Formats: sequence, structure tokens, C-alpha cells
Amino acid sequence: MSDAFALFALVPRFALDRAALDAAFRAVQAEVHPDKFAHADAATQRQAVERATLVNAAYQTLKTPVTRGAYLLRQAGIEPFDPANTRISPAFLLQQIEWREQLEAATQVAALEALEKRIAEAARDHEHRLAVLIDQEGDLVMATETLRELRFIEKLGEEIQSAFETLDP
Amino acid sequence: MAYSDQVIDHYENPRNVGAFDKSESGIGTGMVGAPACGDVMTLQIRVNDQGIIEDAKFKTYGCGSAIASSSLVTEWVKGKTLDEAMAMKNTQIAEELALPPVKIHCSILAEDAIKAAVADYKQKHGGEAEYSACNANKGH
Repeated sequence: MSDAFALFALVPRFALDRAALDAAFRAVQAEVHPDKFAHADAATQRQAVERATLVNAAYQTLKTPVTRGAYLLRQAGIEPFDPANTRISPAFLLQQIEWREQLEAATQVAALEALEKRIAEAARDHEHRLAVLIDQEGDLVMATETLRELRFIEKLGEEIQSAFETLDP
Repeated sequence: MAYSDQVIDHYENPRNVGAFDKSESGIGTGMVGAPACGDVMTLQIRVNDQGIIEDAKFKTYGCGSAIASSSLVTEWVKGKTLDEAMAMKNTQIAEELALPPVKIHCSILAEDAIKAAVADYKQKHGGEAEYSACNANKGH
């Protein structure tokens, strides 16, 4: 992928103004939309489709904090999700297991909502720390660890959402 | 992606799900996680005075392959010495369960979990010289 941030004329950093990204995405998307090239020759049409695909992928990457952080780390030569690296802080793992046990035991919407709130707070806290570590301090080692933790939090968030769906179909 | 029959069997009838009391002296607890998929796993062993693993339990929050890998490991380690448990390789787990390449990390997670459990047990019994040679692997 050519520089995802450059596609939207954004400064490559973790802290992101979501409204600015969305506005830039809509503007670029309109520019490269294949419909605009409906009457162009086949080669131009193909290029338009490729470019639109690239823009969509870049938007998806930047939109989500985990993939945005992973993208920035990979640009710096770090693979945050190297499967050979299973190192996670034991305290964080304990907390994760505790939350997952709570999720397993939650049979009421209220319990799920309380858990969802705590997870959202943890996600915000990690995102804030990532912005400091990547954008201000340039501490990519700690940023990698924080991003890995955020991935667990994101996964738990997804599981809470599917638990909600199971509770009220 | 289709799961193998072995994975489905362990997933539908997981062996040794549960937990021991962490604070008991004969218990070693390993906690590991795979950030790529967000799976977490705890694996515990109960070790007798002869240094043999008498019992094992696990709790895995993750995909079918991660659950099957940890279930299989708890079956395998029973009756083994700590050194034998430490020698277990993720490739044996992956082979037994016929894991596809994208799920190999689940078997790595299970291998790390048993090693972490043994390391935890050894740390609790740090004074015992016969185990000291194995502590080098603890940082895995």
C-alpha cells in the first residue's frame, strides 16, 4: 500500500481526527469512483477500479485504532503481531481472563453493559497511551506492547457485542 | 475453513476444563495470550512429590483450534515428568490435530502455556537444585 496517510493528505500519526479522515475519504472516494470513468477506455477504467480499491483499503486501515497503530509500526519496521512473540504482561493477562469470566457469567443486559463500559474505558486509555507513545515519545517498544493489549481489548469488545445479540435476538 | 475431526472432537468434548487453586504448592499456572487473534489461555498442572504431573486443567478463551490445542496438551502431560512436558513441541500438537498453517499459532500458544506452567511450578520450588538447569527456558 502506498502511504495510507498521504492518500488522504493526513499527517502520519496515531492520534486521528476521525471526522477529518471521513471527510477526506469521501472527497478522495468521489474523485476515484469507477462510475466517473464509465466512458473511459478499458485501461483507464481498470486503473480507476484499482485506485478505488486502494483508497477503500487505506481508509479501513486508518479508521480502526488497532490497524492504524499496526500500520504505523510496520512502516517503522516492527511487526506487532509476530506469532513467535507471545510476551504479554501477566497483570494484563489476568485482567483479560477476569473479564472473560465475567462475560461468560453475564446473563443480563445490565451486566453486559457494565462490562462493555469498562472495556470501552480500557480501549480509550490504551488509545490515549498509543498516541503519546507513538506521536510524542517515539517509544515504539512500549507502543508495540500497548497495541498488542489493545488487540485483546478489541477482541473482547467484539465478543461482548455478539453476547448482546444472543441475549436479545 | 474446515476443522479436522480431531479439533472438532476436542472442541465439542474438551478434556480437563477448569482451574486449580493457584496458591497450592503443587500447582503450576501458565497464562499466555496470542495478540494476533486476541485468544487467552490458562493451563495448570498438579505436580506430585516425585515431580510427575498428576493432573492438568485449562481454560481457553479463543477459537476451536486454541481450545483443542490446550485440551490435547492437558491430556498429554498427565503422567509426564516436568522435563518431558518441557520437551513438548507445538509441531506435535499441530500434527495430531491436523491444524492448517493459519492455525499453527494456536499450537504455539499451547506449547507456551505448558512451558509457562512448568516454569511457574519451578519458580515456586526454586530451592530445588535438580530443576535449576531447566530454568534457562523460563523466559520463552
